[in-house]
Amino acid sequence: MLTQSILFVVLVVGGTALASWPLGRYMQWAMDPADLPSGISGWKTRAFAAIGGPLAASSQNWTRYMSAMLAFNLVMFAVCAAILALQQHLPLNPDGRPALEASLIFNTAASFTSNTNLQHYSGEVSLSYLSQLGALMWLQFVSAATGIAALAALARGLAGRPLGNFFLDIQRACFLVLLPAALVLAVLLVIGGVPMTFEGAAIATTLEGVQQTIARGPVAAFVSIKQLGTNGGGFFGPNSTHPLENPGFWTNIIEMVAIILIPMACVWMFARIIGRLRHGGVIFAVMLAFLLVKIAGSVYFEAAPTRAFAGLPIDQTLGNLEGKEMRFGPAGGPLWSVLTTSTSNGSVGAMHDSLNPMTGLMPMVGMWLNATFGGVGVGMINMFLYIVVGVFIAGMMIGRTPEYLGWRVEAREVKLALLALLAHGLFVLGGTAIFAATPWGADTLNNTGPHGFSEILYEFTSASANNGSGFEGLGDNTMPWNIATGIVMLLARFIPILLPLAIVGSLSGKRRSAESNGTLSVEGGVFGTMLAATIVVVGALTFFPAATLGPIAEHVTTMN
Amino acid sequence: MSRSPSASIFDARILAPAIAGAFRKLDPRTLAKNPVMFVVAVVSVLTTVLFVRDLVTGAGDLGFSFQINLWLWFTVLFANFAEAVAEGRGKAQAESLRRSRSETQARLINADGEGTRLVAGASLKVGDLVLVEAGEIIPSDGEIVEGVASVNEAAITGESAPVIRESGGDRSAVTGGTQVLSDWIRVRITAAAGSTFIDRMVALVEGAERQKTPNEIALNVLLAGLTLIFVLATATIPAFAAYAGGSIPVIVLVALFVTLIPTTIGALLSAIGIAGMDRLVRFNVLAMSGRAVEAAGDIDTLLLDKTGTITLGNRQASDFRPVKGVTERDLADAAQLASLADETPEGRSIVVLAKEKYGIRGRDMAGLNATFVPFTAQSRMSGVDLDGSSIRKGAVDAVLRHIERTSAANGSAAGTAESRRELEAIATDISKAGGTPLAVVRDGRLLGVLHLKDIVKGGIRERFVELRRMGIRTVMITGDNPMTAAAIAAEAGVDDFLAEATPEDKLKLIRDEQAKGKLVAMCGDGTNDAPALAQADVGVAMNTGTMAAREAGNMVDLDSDPTKLIEIVEIGKQLLMTRGALTTFSIANDVAKYFAIVPAMFIAVYPQLDALNVMGLSTPESAILSAIIFNALIIVALIPLSLKGVAYKAIGADRLLQRNLLVYGLGGLIVPFIGIKAIDMIVTAIGLV
Repeated sequence: MLTQSILFVVLVVGGTALASWPLGRYMQWAMDPADLPSGISGWKTRAFAAIGGPLAASSQNWTRYMSAMLAFNLVMFAVCAAILALQQHLPLNPDGRPALEASLIFNTAASFTSNTNLQHYSGEVSLSYLSQLGALMWLQFVSAATGIAALAALARGLAGRPLGNFFLDIQRACFLVLLPAALVLAVLLVIGGVPMTFEGAAIATTLEGVQQTIARGPVAAFVSIKQLGTNGGGFFGPNSTHPLENPGFWTNIIEMVAIILIPMACVWMFARIIGRLRHGGVIFAVMLAFLLVKIAGSVYFEAAPTRAFAGLPIDQTLGNLEGKEMRFGPAGGPLWSVLTTSTSNGSVGAMHDSLNPMTGLMPMVGMWLNATFGGVGVGMINMFLYIVVGVFIAGMMIGRTPEYLGWRVEAREVKLALLALLAHGLFVLGGTAIFAATPWGADTLNNTGPHGFSEILYEFTSASANNGSGFEGLGDNTMPWNIATGIVMLLARFIPILLPLAIVGSLSGKRRSAESNGTLSVEGGVFGTMLAATIVVVGALTFFPAATLGPIAEHVTTMN
Repeated sequence: MSRSPSASIFDARILAPAIAGAFRKLDPRTLAKNPVMFVVAVVSVLTTVLFVRDLVTGAGDLGFSFQINLWLWFTVLFANFAEAVAEGRGKAQAESLRRSRSETQARLINADGEGTRLVAGASLKVGDLVLVEAGEIIPSDGEIVEGVASVNEAAITGESAPVIRESGGDRSAVTGGTQVLSDWIRVRITAAAGSTFIDRMVALVEGAERQKTPNEIALNVLLAGLTLIFVLATATIPAFAAYAGGSIPVIVLVALFVTLIPTTIGALLSAIGIAGMDRLVRFNVLAMSGRAVEAAGDIDTLLLDKTGTITLGNRQASDFRPVKGVTERDLADAAQLASLADETPEGRSIVVLAKEKYGIRGRDMAGLNATFVPFTAQSRMSGVDLDGSSIRKGAVDAVLRHIERTSAANGSAAGTAESRRELEAIATDISKAGGTPLAVVRDGRLLGVLHLKDIVKGGIRERFVELRRMGIRTVMITGDNPMTAAAIAAEAGVDDFLAEATPEDKLKLIRDEQAKGKLVAMCGDGTNDAPALAQADVGVAMNTGTMAAREAGNMVDLDSDPTKLIEIVEIGKQLLMTRGALTTFSIANDVAKYFAIVPAMFIAVYPQLDALNVMGLSTPESAILSAIIFNALIIVALIPLSLKGVAYKAIGADRLLQRNLLVYGLGGLIVPFIGIKAIDMIVTAIGLV
């Protein structure tokens, strides 16, 4: 049983880690072509420059890169909101889905623009096919591409080069990275039994002779980018626990691999662009270590029986099976829960609300850190923030004014990095405090006590980490929830992209110093330890009081 | 090198004023300079007000909240105390300096250049000419325009041996407050009252003008940012607790907040900065800004002058190399005779070597009826004339010319061509080995060559190995030819050398290094060093140097000892390391504090949370009190370390980080667990709560 779980984890995580290496190499080729547009293989740059027209004509500094990114995302947000608001009048609506409520439209548009995919709606009952594909799936591509573009720009800046052009980068990320990968995955999913059709819901007669409406649609296309782009918003409400999104053991493995594949490859892409593969290796190792600890924790705590069945004549020797899909095996649920929250994906393969209390803490830790692989592109950017803080302290400890890759880290950089880290804490803790103390949150709970608190905490955590998974058990389609999480998602998306790019902008105005054996090495185990310690102390400990009143209190009061 | 002893912090002369200073620094305007401690003071005021309110209404646990209040104020006072102690040590030094600045009278030379009149020293303006005679105090900084004098500079260097100052050249600068011992000088004033060298020194060591350095500002930003994060972490707790149906007293929230924010490093930060400057001052080096001290820690390339830094100032005879047909003893004998009256260090070293090798003892010059022929720039030789015999020693080419001249004059054979060739071969040999050849001739006959050797200072090779481990490249600057320079560079173990260096070469070398992204340090004294001193990231001017050099550099070495550049780098590194180590310690402490306070805080709501009380602290109150006491006492406990600085070891950056991470990171993690538990046991035993 234990051996089986370990093998399962090694297969999924280890296999993906191996696959991320060549993909990282490919992504660097795609995102950061070394050749000039006039070169023999400059065809892609030339093609994208032609499409981008004057917008893609010149290299941008960080403010212009950022403005381009914000403007682009604003347009996408508006288009998405418009499609959702007018879906009843638009084509591709075979089941005649009606209009959505205004705050839900705002929340959903914010959710998909910000790569969060928090879903306060249930896709198969509320949305037309045009809404699913034209608004949401489109955003699943471009929001993920935005993250990859931002990381490429950040890495170029750190390499001492111009940041590049956003309109070129987003095309590269969409057409050269996400689209091919999504096509391959969608084909695999269709082979695995996931439907891909534009026909309306199927009407079936069950064995009991009852008429049943089975929602379906272009599921495979939707699911593949949802997994690859750390989006997580499912075609169906139950997400990847739904048999038509995730029919069996092998599709489950493929979908899990797809969750962490690109976030892992982003680390290698970053390392290749800055030209420091060993540094990338250290970052990768630190991220992997955190991931494995969370997985071990969740598998371990989930091996205990659930309190919900206490006293019932149910065999619980396999651990907590409440809310699990048995076709995925016993470790599938907890493993998915960690992968999806470590990467800001947010799709679910088991019901997080039913996890044992301490198992439920693991996804929250993943989202609090939001950098142990993290979202596509942005996970590595978040890690950069921890690196700035870690390097600052470590740099002093070797008796030099701190520097990273030869760039001197001074007051401005430290300020920006801390502001970004502070923002995440503010959204999670501030939001939770307001909703826990007011009827906005308290009245929407299905559970009382620490578990109810965890639900509120989880919802804000998920929104701020741009994750999108839900603890559920929360009646979250209310005006306050829709507006609050909508705002949090947008701010929590763009602040941690804006501030790191500002850091790079500030760094690149400085004289870069040479590295020697007297400068801080960012390539060894010592630096890795320092980085991990920074993540724990600066990133995780802030949430300790909240964790104590949520999962930990629930654990100590119910599990013993 | 006169390194003044460091004052112990337990010295009553420092301790008593420091305690008073700790209270004086409660002034909000002073506190506001330190964001972390300012925040602590603000919440202390808040809790004190609440305590007074509770005292009036008789509500709450007064004993407990009184004690927390008390320790909150202690936290602020301890921080002030740390700063006051650091300043106190500087003040003692400033006091002695200020005494030398006592009101002086100046003899201002009238505009017509004739006659002088007495004016107050403080009224002098830049450009005024003054006359200073033996026994008088130089009224202000200036440059000698006429005359030469011996000057006692003990006021600034602590060194009582007088130094020579003269007009023109590289020794023309004089410092206000120093005393002319002999002769007279005319001085053009270069600094107005209040901005003289000693004024600046006083301000620097007192810390009055202390400006925060870039790294200190950045660290303050980090600490302020962390403080904000912990504001968030604690300010949201009441809402969380309210959800769970509990309420947390403000005093407990404040206790958690104050223990979590980085008070340890916040309290000691300015003390560390002052102590770093102070370490330099005690080392007789004045940094014109804290920025320069930080830059010293970042140095990648050290430019070191060969003479006086890498080699002893004087060459020494190390070998006698006779030509064929002459014994070494004969050569030694002749060389010794020629050098007996030669008072130069080279000459003396020849006498010493002759005695060491062949036991040739000193002879009475008068008894030999000898006349000494001194060295002149024309002959470039020195020697001795005995009865009918003459011995000369000097540069090889000069000696060869001498032979030609004398042989032409008296018609004797001008030394065989063979012996000339042999002589030149030996000379080349010596040059290649980094030595200076000195030919010896007796009555027109070439005897051989003396090997004058640049003596590489003892231990300097090891220093360079150490520097290399620190990641610092050393470049030797010398006026020698490349061959000689290469030999000495190899012997001393420097990484590179610049031979036949002109001031322009130096400047170019610095620019090239900087273009490669390196920070460069150098020292210099001459006016022509000024551009290079200004260009270097750390330029240490010798106190004996010109005013131009002193103005161009960002440090002045009062002992004029160029070797100190190495120590300056170490002091810079030590300053930054101390900051980093205490920051790490401070932040690592938070883990234990969470585990002390968080369970205690929520135990009323969920009693089972006692499982988190890993230290087994006896009661929630004692847990909170112990944490806040530990938080305050650790400041005092670390004052000595912050003043002394974390020891720097040249073991390479990676191992240094590993070591400091272990000591201050892991230590910072573990120490508070033990400390809080111990305090809890004491608090419980004596029944404080």
